[in-house]
Amino acid sequence: MGVQYYNPACMKPASFDYLAPRSLEEALDYLAEHGYEAKVLAGGQSLVPAMNFRLARPAVLVDINPLSELDYLEETDHRLRIGTLVRHSTFEKPVCQGPTGRLLAMAARHVGHWPIRVRGTFGGSLAHADPAAEWCVIARLLDADLVTRSSSGGRHIPAEMFFQTVFTTALEPDELLLEARLPLLSSDTKVGFQQFSRRAGDFALAMVAVAFQIEEGKVMNPRIALGGVSDRPLRAPEAEQMIEGADPGDPSFRAAAETAAREIEAIGDIHGSASYRRDLVRALTRRAFEQAITIS
Amino acid sequence: MGRSLARFEDPPLLTGDGRFVADLNQGARFLRFVRSPIAHGRIRSVEIPDHLTAFTAEDLHEVSPIRPLLHREDYLPIEQPVLASQKVRYVGEPVAVVVADSPEAAEDAAEQVYVDIQPDRPVVNALSALETNAPVVHDLVGHNVVVDACFETGQVAEVFSSADEIVQFDLRSQRQNALPLEARGSIASYDRRTGRITLIASVQSPHVVRTILADLLDLPESDLRVVVPDVGGAFGQKFCLAPEDVVATWVAGRLRATVSWIEDRRENLMSSFHSRDHHYRIRGAFSSEARLLAVDADLVCNIGAYSCYPVTCGVEPLMALAEFPGPYDFRTYRVRSRGVTTNTCPMAPYRGVSRPVITLAMERLMDKAAARFGMESVEIRRRNLIADFPYTSVTGLVYDEGSYLESVNLAAEKIDLDDFRRRQQAALDQGRRLGVGFSVFSERTGYGTSAFAARSMDVTPGFETVDMTMDPSGNVEARLGASPHGQGLETTLAQLIGDRLGVDPSRVRIVHSDTDRTPYGWGTFASRSLVIAGGAARLASDFLRDKLVAIAAAELEAAPEDIVVRDGRATVVGTDTGLEVAEIARLSYHSSHRLSAGMDPGLTSTATYNPAGTFSNACHAAIVEVDEETGAVRVERFVVVEDAGRLINPMIVDGQLHGGITQGIAGALYEEIRYDEEGNILTTSLMDFLPPTMAEIPNIEIHHLETISDATITGAKGLGEGGTIGAPAAIANAVADALRPLEVEIDELPITPARLRRLLKSVEGGKVIG
Ligand SMILES: Cc1cc2nc3c(=O)[nH]c(=O)nc-3n(C[C@H](O)[C@H](O)[C@H](O)COP(=O)(O)OP(=O)(O)OC[C@H]3O[C@@H](n4cnc5c(N)ncnc54)[C@H](O)[C@@H]3O)c2cc1C
Repeated sequence: MGVQYYNPACMKPASFDYLAPRSLEEALDYLAEHGYEAKVLAGGQSLVPAMNFRLARPAVLVDINPLSELDYLEETDHRLRIGTLVRHSTFEKPVCQGPTGRLLAMAARHVGHWPIRVRGTFGGSLAHADPAAEWCVIARLLDADLVTRSSSGGRHIPAEMFFQTVFTTALEPDELLLEARLPLLSSDTKVGFQQFSRRAGDFALAMVAVAFQIEEGKVMNPRIALGGVSDRPLRAPEAEQMIEGADPGDPSFRAAAETAAREIEAIGDIHGSASYRRDLVRALTRRAFEQAITIS
Repeated sequence: MGRSLARFEDPPLLTGDGRFVADLNQGARFLRFVRSPIAHGRIRSVEIPDHLTAFTAEDLHEVSPIRPLLHREDYLPIEQPVLASQKVRYVGEPVAVVVADSPEAAEDAAEQVYVDIQPDRPVVNALSALETNAPVVHDLVGHNVVVDACFETGQVAEVFSSADEIVQFDLRSQRQNALPLEARGSIASYDRRTGRITLIASVQSPHVVRTILADLLDLPESDLRVVVPDVGGAFGQKFCLAPEDVVATWVAGRLRATVSWIEDRRENLMSSFHSRDHHYRIRGAFSSEARLLAVDADLVCNIGAYSCYPVTCGVEPLMALAEFPGPYDFRTYRVRSRGVTTNTCPMAPYRGVSRPVITLAMERLMDKAAARFGMESVEIRRRNLIADFPYTSVTGLVYDEGSYLESVNLAAEKIDLDDFRRRQQAALDQGRRLGVGFSVFSERTGYGTSAFAARSMDVTPGFETVDMTMDPSGNVEARLGASPHGQGLETTLAQLIGDRLGVDPSRVRIVHSDTDRTPYGWGTFASRSLVIAGGAARLASDFLRDKLVAIAAAELEAAPEDIVVRDGRATVVGTDTGLEVAEIARLSYHSSHRLSAGMDPGLTSTATYNPAGTFSNACHAAIVEVDEETGAVRVERFVVVEDAGRLINPMIVDGQLHGGITQGIAGALYEEIRYDEEGNILTTSLMDFLPPTMAEIPNIEIHHLETISDATITGAKGLGEGGTIGAPAAIANAVADALRPLEVEIDELPITPARLRRLLKSVEGGKVIG
């Protein structure tokens, strides 16, 4: 029998054409024209390594970096609107007052290393959909509204529908992610963010973001989102449900952590089995709740 | 000497003026190796599209296979074709080479080569490879055991049966890659005028590379020149012969052109030499006084698919066998040490070679025994360390003077062990687990030919030669066969030579790493260069110094014993009458008629040094905190007490320790090459193979002891590997100490968070969370 095989090693990209549109319309036209052949180039911090390994072989790159109109932050209608090209490092200091800005800042410092944060973009991270990406987890936690555009129109995709599986989103090949809209959490919202990685700057083996309020001494509107443990960012609905209305404190935090660890469908890889991922979820969920009531 | 002079090597490296192989390949054509994606199988065909320039084993049929040799019955030689022919034996093995005009085009071309392989069942794990029905990696051998060495003193059974305590355990050290920042690479160029081929390569031993290239390609050595430019780390990975360098040299000759192979990180992780990957079964017998009476050890080293040239795959098992006792005194010893072939990347010595693992074994043995006796870990060491010198070990190694006990005592003092125990208890009361671990070891360095000959090596390294010239301006040039590549030897040797010749070190130029310019030598590895090349430099400078003194004495009409050479002048003792060293130098060339009868003009000398070897020693102590819920280990403090004899440049010594300890911590906690059962390598990027960063490495506190023995003429001992040798055991012992109440045994490295969690969950009865 026997099979024919390819060389297993590569480090230089296969050849491609490079297009630098001068306007959003031109970019959308290019995407419409080239479809599956084309890839948007944003910060390049995920796409370029993938091309070097020849895991991605786009025939055409459409570079959106020159489109400065996609680099903006605006607060309207209790929402923070994040243009796709806003760089990770922008979020290291809170970009808005209140818990939303604080939570983004807590997460930002865990996104890779400094040079990556200066280059990589918020929208690029969402579009790339790494299950261990901080922004994907925050988007899922806060039920972000993701705004897209193609030459034939635009749509709004809720985060829950947007992230489909590893590196796969609801975006069509001719569709550009324009903006992410996050709710501006009310000032009494408590937020926590915990993650575990082998080395500083590595993608996390697991991460947990939480947000909740305390009304009349009880946990209200709890949200728990998990990253790095499955094929996409997840919420932990059972854990959210069980802690809703509970007294905040070690027993309820532990119980919620235990439930979160149990309810998720964890996936193992060479850095840790599914069961180890659950151990991390348990520890990090509790710590995220503790952090939230301690600091906010 | 003894001054922390800033390294002469650094300014160009720090300002971007360094020149590495990849900086030198302008005008070259680019090679790309087509590598096997299959761990074990038969090559049915290699199909190359007509428009490509590519070569396979068939084209290279006149190139001899690499056949590293030991002359001993417990070693079976195996052959490695420089490009796989008939069989592939590991994922990443080079099968063909393509030539193109750019690296990108070379990758495109490599993708168009189709290799048709009939897969066979592979074997990946060394213990599986020992099983009777295991796949056989080398058909001609018929099984996978290519090294099978035994040693036994007698009385083993008796001592074990009458012992008060017997400690038994299995130990596993996973596989690593030495991971130099600069991966391997070479540029081979054929000179149409002379017919010579120059290989510019990132290697540790240019002369040895030239010899083996000449042997394999059947060329006179004089037709080859090997030059090593700046090297971005090597750590042993660049000591053994890369088949790719042979292929590059052959292609240059075949095309009468310049070709360049620059290894990328993925190739490096997949097909550059790996290391460690040992499995041990250890038994230790102790008296009621906690004295170690006997050790019984079964050592299995995974050597990968091939034996490495020149040291052979015997290097790990044979070193482990001979040096296992380390710094401990016991007289009854039985050991079997095997080297086993598998369908994995070939192994070569990496900083420390077997010693990080044998030190781990002895140090875990000591700590386990200490726990049985309810004794502090430093106390059991005090009772068992060697203390009388010279000491002859149970395997016949002679240890020169060292400070084994003193190093342990000083380390315990610096750590403040009593205070730590209080802090540890207080932390435990708050649910935090701290631990302290000690590791004490001997580091055999400066191996001369007699030490290597004991292994019956076909190629027996050891000596070093230094050619030295003082030119008419009074500047010194020393040419070495050693090949420093980051160790700061240019600075240290300049200090040593300058000191002997009374000239400033800045006037001493060290020439190395070019076979056209330097005497035959063995390169830089095994913590040898300062000891051996330094000894030769000392002898060569002494000859020149005597001649300077003789000339000065004649000129100044004084007795030679009354001449002092210092600060650039030769003066008559007690007076200020004298001559500049530069004046004497000029005189020796330009007014040689004034020299005494029988004295040759000029100032040149040659000396060779070949010591038996010397042992430096150290004690490492680590304090760690273990996060029981995540399995993470944080190193809070790391203390080293090091004794490397006379320190010529203490700053450079500290630098060696920092780097070595970082690599030791890497092996203890982070780095692990993984294969799946099919022999596919899973760790081919730095997202999966995890060297620690500055953020993970603690501050390293260093304290020096200076025991001067007469084993070397400079009083200096080697210390290049000690950091890597001692750190893993210190960390493992510290983690075990932190978890002592839970009775978790740390017998496998690296201690990854996932592995530690698994261990914690496996202990019954312990109050483990989760
Ligand atoms: C060493 C290293 C460590 C890292 N660690 C982390 C980490 O810890 N956490 C983390 O979250 N990330 C990490 N990253 C990834 C980094 O954050 C990337 O920046 C991010 O994943 C992608 O953003 P980008 O702007 O670089 O996108 P690119 O790499 O340019 O693109 C990524 C993908 O998204 C598509 N895309 C980009 N923008 C759009 C758009 N507007 N519309 C449609 N498609 C689009 C591209 O076509 C491509 O498929 C790391 C990267 C490296 C190299």
